[in-house]
Amino acid sequence: MTPLQVELPDGVVREVVTAPAAVLSEPCLPVDPADPDVVRLAADLLATMDVSPGCVGLAANQVGVPWRVFCLDVSAHPKTRTCHGRFVMVNPQILQASRNEKAREGCMSVPDFTGDVKRASRLVVTGQLPGTGEHVTLTTDAFEARAVQHEVDHLDGLLFIDRVVSAAAIHKRKVYLD
Amino acid sequence: MALMAITVLGHDRPGIIADVTATLAQRDANVEDSSMTLLRGHFAWTLIVGTDASVDQVAADLAFLASDDLVVSVLPVTDEQQEPDGPGSSFVISVHGADRVGIVAAITGAIASYGGNVTDLQTRLGGGLYVVVAEVDFAEPMDAEVLTTRLRAVGQTVGVDVAVQPADQDVL
Ligand SMILES: [Zn+2]
Repeated sequence: MTPLQVELPDGVVREVVTAPAAVLSEPCLPVDPADPDVVRLAADLLATMDVSPGCVGLAANQVGVPWRVFCLDVSAHPKTRTCHGRFVMVNPQILQASRNEKAREGCMSVPDFTGDVKRASRLVVTGQLPGTGEHVTLTTDAFEARAVQHEVDHLDGLLFIDRVVSAAAIHKRKVYLD
Repeated sequence: MALMAITVLGHDRPGIIADVTATLAQRDANVEDSSMTLLRGHFAWTLIVGTDASVDQVAADLAFLASDDLVVSVLPVTDEQQEPDGPGSSFVISVHGADRVGIVAAITGAIASYGGNVTDLQTRLGGGLYVVVAEVDFAEPMDAEVLTTRLRAVGQTVGVDVAVQPADQDVL
């Protein structure tokens, strides 16, 4: 298996965009993973994810940049089975998705709602690593598969609200202190 | 701007929602939260509406619905929404069993006695099978297994099975 972790510069925390915002509703553009601006964006996504409590992934358009780049780290989540650690993927494309499971999702860009969404629990996704541009394909499941699909949806201009399973499946988010 | 709660109840027909929202839009009244359902041809809609108009004005605007035998009520909303402020927990509680009187009373009575608040509820009768699905919030942490054990015991007294699932929400 290809290690997904690459050397990146120190990132800067960016502001997270919330809906309604046009940048969240439009498909993002493919980019050159070796472009220094893309490498900087990759580092900034990780830095922003790291300072956001409970955040397990961020898409570039969630920090206002309409490029096909997302970061992910589900290693601390109890529903995670297969785990590829903390990584950034550029120009991701989902190759296979199967075994749908329903679960309730929230999103940093939709802070007041949650929704019941069906996602594949088995997933194969391909993409490139920032900087090197190396092509990687990863096979995953469970929570990491759900998170990848949520982020790729962002890059396609979709929110979880676009995928709720029924009219009764959208909820006000309950905020509890841990 | 004030908030008011509007309910519209009665026999369903196409266009009720369109008629109500068109009337409210003419008043510049904004439909904020709303929930509508249809139960055996009976239409039930609750709306929270923000408007500068008075309760009486909005009630008068909607009075035409009476000609369809729809019952409309307009009430001021005075209490602020209470946000949970502690380390609480939420569950989806599913109940099913042979239909009889008192199932909902037994289950929700038990939930209330543990400090749980029902935030969403559906009950359905199909054939002889009675189904209840409720979303319940507890202000204090509640253990899923403890809740399951307690509610199953209550369920036995009215002949129903009870399942409890944590209403997890994962921020992605
Ligand atoms: Zn999101």
